[in-house]
Amino acid sequence: MIRLQNIHKVFNAGKPNEFTAIRDVTLAIDSRKATVFKGPSGSGKTTLLSILGCMARPTSGRITLKEREITSLPERFLTDIRRKTFGFMFQQFHLIKGISALENVMIPAYPDGEKHAALKKRAIGLLDLLNLSHKASAKVEWLSGGEAQRIAIARALINDPAIIIADEPTAHLDTSLSREFMEIMRRLKEQGKTLLIASHDPIVYESDVIDRIIGMRDGEIVSSGDHP
Amino acid sequence: MSAIEKQRHIIDFMLSCLWRRKGKNLSLVVVYTFVIFLLASVMFFAHAIKKEAGLILRDAPEIMVQRLVAGRQTFIPESYIDAIRKIRGVQSVTPRLWGYYYDGQSGANYTLMVNADLKDRPGEILIGKGVTLRRATAEDKIITKKNDSIPFKTYDGSYLMLKVKGILPAASELVTSDLVLVSEADFGKIFSISRDQATDLVLQVRNEKELSTIAAKIAQLYPDTRPILRNEILRTYDAVFDWRAGVIIVILSGAFFAFIILAWDKATGLSAEEKREIGVLKAIGWETSDILLMKFWEGAAVSLSAFLMGILSAYLHIFFTASALFAPVLKGWSVLYPDFRLTPFISPYEIAILFFLTVIPYTVATIVPSWRSATIDPDSVMRT
Repeated sequence: MIRLQNIHKVFNAGKPNEFTAIRDVTLAIDSRKATVFKGPSGSGKTTLLSILGCMARPTSGRITLKEREITSLPERFLTDIRRKTFGFMFQQFHLIKGISALENVMIPAYPDGEKHAALKKRAIGLLDLLNLSHKASAKVEWLSGGEAQRIAIARALINDPAIIIADEPTAHLDTSLSREFMEIMRRLKEQGKTLLIASHDPIVYESDVIDRIIGMRDGEIVSSGDHP
Repeated sequence: MSAIEKQRHIIDFMLSCLWRRKGKNLSLVVVYTFVIFLLASVMFFAHAIKKEAGLILRDAPEIMVQRLVAGRQTFIPESYIDAIRKIRGVQSVTPRLWGYYYDGQSGANYTLMVNADLKDRPGEILIGKGVTLRRATAEDKIITKKNDSIPFKTYDGSYLMLKVKGILPAASELVTSDLVLVSEADFGKIFSISRDQATDLVLQVRNEKELSTIAAKIAQLYPDTRPILRNEILRTYDAVFDWRAGVIIVILSGAFFAFIILAWDKATGLSAEEKREIGVLKAIGWETSDILLMKFWEGAAVSLSAFLMGILSAYLHIFFTASALFAPVLKGWSVLYPDFRLTPFISPYEIAILFFLTVIPYTVATIVPSWRSATIDPDSVMRT
């Protein structure tokens, strides 16, 4: 479904602080599977997720999504692909403070111009699915860490993306909330979503939800194998 | 439909964003509104008063002839009338008698003018509304009513009691506020003027295009006279009120620049929080153009609401409270401020100028820094 060929990503190219984050990565990711990128901080997991999610362009190499070459697409098309194909969960959740949980969930769908009533109904449905409908009108800064994460999950799902990208999703959660998160991931995978998760948390990469673990270090793939 | 829904979503979100920083945004709107209010008030006032003067002077004589001696206006002999009347194109020549009278009791100057209707009614006067407010002391105001008598000090120190037979209509208060209409006999008693003299002559002319030719002929016939055309009076009014409006604007410009600095700081200095939010919006699928659209609506909402509120409050201030704030400066330095309500005259051109000088720069100032932030890579949010 997604193919990366000889991907390089260099930051600050040509400057004294030039830094190579990804080195010659070639990778194919199957649909409807859960893949974990595992490795220490600075190994390039987040950068690789950004490239996979059309948030950043590689310095060199090619990306193919559903047999379509997308590396050289203009920004506007990449944004469209990002909005319709990917749902993102960030390490810091990155919810927008001062507005309600419900509105936070609806934000990614705004540019599509869907009818407000229909969009709201869908957002409430997602909150309901995640047992958060009672928090719909609460401001996000009042929510606990677990609740904030579930809001972030609902936001990632609002456009019904085929692929969910999660960057260190359990970094700010305790053990029980982390397990709860993996249960939600299981349900999503059962619904046919492709999961791409960067994590060095054993609760994540040892979970039976995971199909494949890709080990990274210094911007390179050092191991790749199916989950035992 | 989806384009409209999209705009609606973005406006909804923008309003939520504005509301969560309500303290900051409301104070900005208040200051912004106040600046617009001040500028629009000056504009409305100067424009309305010029229009008002223009309307009143529309019925004024087309040519006025004064006589000058040593550069100062003096009385004009009525013997000039016949020769002027014979100039081709002159319809009528009427002598006018008028002058200024200082009333020690109220501390104000009145304009005394002879009125033909009072010719056979010596001892009677008609007065403007300003003249009715006479005071014995600063605290104790006396309001003169019909049939009251007002004492006038004559040239030889004696007093002449004249009876008020009517108050001039308030509609023309700009020019009648300090006016006292008297009979020719009483005017003569107060000022000691010989009967064959007039203060000036007023002419009606058949063809407006001949005005300057007739004026030139009068000046040639009597080199000691100065013919004044109605248009010249209008131009002087314009200049005087424009100048006064200019004074106010110079004073206000300090406030205006302070506002510009405030607005610039608010609009251009995106906080780290706002930049982060722009990054998040991009990451979750908003295009750069969606973010700019949101920021455009944000700038437009702040500046348009301030603009409309400022214009509306200026309108109420000028046309409903009789320009309470700065009437003393704009109307003149006379003791008798005409207390009149201006008829609303609004110039779309001036409103447009104010709009382009305030709303547009603010909206642009809001978009530019957002554009800089909105063009960053969306993955920056992954790295924070």
